[in-house]
Amino acid sequence: MNTSEHRTKSIPLKVWVGVALVAAALALLPFVAALAGQAWVRILNFAMIYTMLALGLNIVVGFAGLLDLGYIAFYAVGAYVYALLASPHFGAHLPFWVIVPLGAGVACIFGVLLGAPTLKLRGDYLAIVTLGFGEIIRIFLNNLNAPVNISNGPQGINLIDPFRIGNFSFARPETILGVSFSGPQKYYYLLLLITIGVIVVNLRLQNSRLGRAWEAIREDEVAARAMGINTRNVKLLAFAMGASFGGIAGAVFSATQQFVSPESFGLFESVIVLAMVVLGGMGNIPGVILGAIMLTLLPEVLRYTMEPLQMALFRRVVLDAETIRLLVFGIALVAIMLYRPAGLWPSPVRKRELEVAATPQ
Amino acid sequence: MDIFLQQIINGLTLGSVYALVALGYTMVYGIIGLINFAHGEVVMIGAMVSLSVITALLGAHAPLPSFAIIIAGLLVAIVVCTVLAYGMEKIAYRPLRKAPRLAPLITAIGMSIILQNLALMIWGRNYLTFPTLIEPTPHNILGASMTDLQMLIVLLAALLMAGLVFVVQRTRLGTAMRATAQNPQVAGLMGIDINVVISAAFVIGAALAAVAGLMVMTYYGIAHYYMGFLLGLKAFTAAVLGGIGNLAGAMLGGILLGIIEALGAGYIGDISNICGLPILSDSMLEKCAASDGQVSLFGSNYQDVFAFFVLILVLIFRPSGLLGERVADRA
Amino acid sequence: MNFNRSLGVSLVAAALVTAYGCGKEEPKKAEMATPAAAPAAPEVVVKIGHVGPTTGPQAHLGKDNENGARMAIDDANAKNIVIDGKKVKFELIAEDDQADPKQGTTVAQKLIDAKVAGVVGHLNSGTTIPASKLYSDAGIPQISPSATNPKYTLQGFKTAFRVMANDVQQGSVIGKEAVTTLGAKKIAIIDDKTAYGAGLADETEKAAKAAGATIIAREYTNDKATDFKAILTKIKAKNPDVIMYGGMDAQGGPMVKQMKELGIKAKYIAGDGVCSAEWPKLAGGAAEGQYCTQAGVPPEKMANAKDFVTRFTGKYGPIQVYAPYSYDAAMTLVAAMQKANSTDPAKYLPELAKISYDGITAKIEFDEHGDTKNGAITLYQVKDGKLVPLATNVGGKTEKVAADAGASTSGMKSDMKAPADAMKSDMKSSGDTMKPTPAPDSMKKDKAQ
Repeated sequence: MNTSEHRTKSIPLKVWVGVALVAAALALLPFVAALAGQAWVRILNFAMIYTMLALGLNIVVGFAGLLDLGYIAFYAVGAYVYALLASPHFGAHLPFWVIVPLGAGVACIFGVLLGAPTLKLRGDYLAIVTLGFGEIIRIFLNNLNAPVNISNGPQGINLIDPFRIGNFSFARPETILGVSFSGPQKYYYLLLLITIGVIVVNLRLQNSRLGRAWEAIREDEVAARAMGINTRNVKLLAFAMGASFGGIAGAVFSATQQFVSPESFGLFESVIVLAMVVLGGMGNIPGVILGAIMLTLLPEVLRYTMEPLQMALFRRVVLDAETIRLLVFGIALVAIMLYRPAGLWPSPVRKRELEVAATPQ
Repeated sequence: MDIFLQQIINGLTLGSVYALVALGYTMVYGIIGLINFAHGEVVMIGAMVSLSVITALLGAHAPLPSFAIIIAGLLVAIVVCTVLAYGMEKIAYRPLRKAPRLAPLITAIGMSIILQNLALMIWGRNYLTFPTLIEPTPHNILGASMTDLQMLIVLLAALLMAGLVFVVQRTRLGTAMRATAQNPQVAGLMGIDINVVISAAFVIGAALAAVAGLMVMTYYGIAHYYMGFLLGLKAFTAAVLGGIGNLAGAMLGGILLGIIEALGAGYIGDISNICGLPILSDSMLEKCAASDGQVSLFGSNYQDVFAFFVLILVLIFRPSGLLGERVADRA
Repeated sequence: MNFNRSLGVSLVAAALVTAYGCGKEEPKKAEMATPAAAPAAPEVVVKIGHVGPTTGPQAHLGKDNENGARMAIDDANAKNIVIDGKKVKFELIAEDDQADPKQGTTVAQKLIDAKVAGVVGHLNSGTTIPASKLYSDAGIPQISPSATNPKYTLQGFKTAFRVMANDVQQGSVIGKEAVTTLGAKKIAIIDDKTAYGAGLADETEKAAKAAGATIIAREYTNDKATDFKAILTKIKAKNPDVIMYGGMDAQGGPMVKQMKELGIKAKYIAGDGVCSAEWPKLAGGAAEGQYCTQAGVPPEKMANAKDFVTRFTGKYGPIQVYAPYSYDAAMTLVAAMQKANSTDPAKYLPELAKISYDGITAKIEFDEHGDTKNGAITLYQVKDGKLVPLATNVGGKTEKVAADAGASTSGMKSDMKAPADAMKSDMKSSGDTMKPTPAPDSMKKDKAQ
């Protein structure tokens, strides 16, 4: 509360210094990460893509309280829109600033397509329908190579253009002002910009009239309608906006990977993004960002540490590093939820609710 | 006609398996409103444990009839699965009963990952084969073929469902369960130990899962540590189709889903054949001529799309499933 | 270690401030991290990467490949290879990509960071293709033992190779054999809608049509399915002579079982994904008399292949599908290094491109794309629960493997061995089953070993 009041009035020097420090840290991060290997820069990039996805899903699940288990479908739509319009598959090579908004737009339409028939559904019925929708999109992408080849089916689409501005391609390593940047490092800065943009839009949305309407629906739909909120439109907007962020993330994914195939968009991905939202703290933007970064980094950190750790503890590899990695990941999911049932960084509103709910017992 | 009947039989068998797993989902959901995502994994553990017991007994050349060996495997599997489900409820779900609704969903996903990888460590990554103890003998029913194993599966599923309905409707435990489902607080005030009731729901669901696991493995002859995922997903869909929380609904949903899938795979191709349409382009007509007048927009590759599509249609017109009564509004 | 790392971090942070490039610091850090591991010996450690899904639904295949590569590395180390005057110790760095393209690129980058000299993998085309770009940019040779998507080698990357027949090579043989050897006029095709299964099925369809057969049904399943009765029922109504399946053995097994239960009399043929020693077992006996194809030639023609299966199964259990190819891929990398007398990727890559190496699956030579040159494909039939080679197709020409002799002796051999080793009967076709072609000879060898 305090901070937001400050922000609206005058911004003290302390905040500016803080912002500058954070900005410097974010700017140096890819170089620090590169010390441990370029793989970590790539992992950071994926963390940002997942942050966008989690923020998008947060609109639907966290703000509006609609359980969506098929969110990855919009990610897939965005990825395929980019892939089809910037690859040799159709021979189209549109620039990315045209396709990324287009991808967001198409994903948005799909969001409305999903939202419209499911407005009446609640809770877990909505969950299964969205799950079905996610699978339907994936199956279509996997099968739309016949009778007319649109998506190239299970073979996926290859040789997708990277982001490019004029002759400046983000995929190549390059030396700028005496500092050498690798491809992933260049992408890092672009992704950082896009992610910050997405975060800002989300923050503004949350504090807007629409954000409050979503919250009202989440708390009590009937009461919200009684207060004059057009629940149908507001819910549709939640789906549409959530979906468009998914679409942006998908387009970015497509460009960084330069290859897409339907297997990247399975149900498990939806589940993981949902876990990011819930684990971080539904409805709370910093929490969701934390959740996304944590769940992207955790498996990778475990990938690097499980073998050395076992060597240090037992002097030999007792269990397969890969198996134990996922096992620890599962245990971490359970443990975090048990100790922080409202998420790592819950929204203040949720926290209050939880306390109220807990007191009568 | 025998083709159609055959597809119905195929769907009925598949659907019975779905139904048995769906019962476990619905038991738990009906009482505490939790989608137990790890239920499919319990089925997998059931299959794996019974496979281990059965191969061990066969390997030891125990002088037992194959029927007794299967029963022994089943019993051990039931014990393991119920203990597992009891522990899972106690550790991962009970502390979260008053937490935000999605928290236990995430722990369920976590449990699912844990169980899968534990199974991977214990039983390895390879597909395991189930020894053919019951040689499937096909019987001719009106021109369609049905093995005795298939009949057994359908029969067993029906019996277990009937038994379950009996337990829920006619016993003290069942009454307590229904009371808890309606209002846990009030049920507690009436002297019902809710924890026992909820544990019982998990345990019964797990016992059914063990039976389902063994059945799936016997029918298809293989087991794999990842088999629970898809099965769980399908069973969950079936439970929702029938109206989650409703036992008869789970049974109906399971069997319907099985039949929808079979008919979908069998007939989508013919239904979506575009060669009869008058609006075809020349290139399409050529394609039709080249392939015997059969160019389908959709084939059996859209089997799951078809199933989900039916589900969505059902939910649009009956938002709480075929037999579901009340709408849960707790997301 | 910890101390070293934080020291490295602060060092380079300092370096950054003074506008130093960070690339220069990387080797320094690597040196700091590994001083204990390399005692002063005239030995040099060469890292070889392997990537495959070792968790998730395809974990059995991923681990199988990894074990194949691991055995190759052990064998290479046992030979005490000397390259450029230094004794080389090969080290396998095995990574898990969970068959996920995203993780495929992450672990590829991890291997590149670790400065591997070459990579065996990945398992799936879907992970191999995006990763191949990274390896190409880093100049690291990559040999996939199992990615069959033709596009993988058609991207113009000099570093991309495979020791497995691609979908076009294998599908055309399956289609042709289905018509000529199996005598099919009406063929039904099923695939699992994965990149591999669908690619193979499409090529089979083309070849079968070209050979004069009609495709009367094209049905689909998925790579996690266990129930095929609905599509089989549909196919049964059309009464095909042969059913072809593009997919893996975990589906191929139950599928032939269900064919039998439905009373379908058609012959069955499938590609290398099904063609494992596990297949007849997964089918519960129903695969008897059915067919499948495998890339490469029957192992009795390959000198190096003699005891591979025995040794592999003894060490890691039954071969799933692609372990022998993975073994070959790793061995081919080693052979190219020996030939170039260098473990530097830039130096041995040209040798790798023109190598001619006697592997255990075939004589390995690459064409200008990195595909196997006139990849041989062998047709097998299940007899007495084992795979028996019938014919080998090299560059479009079919050459019969003395089928009758093979069948009878394999029967004989299994009789003789039956009580002794149930373990060995797990063997993959590519091993023991076909040794007996010149029957008496191979028997002696068996005993000698």
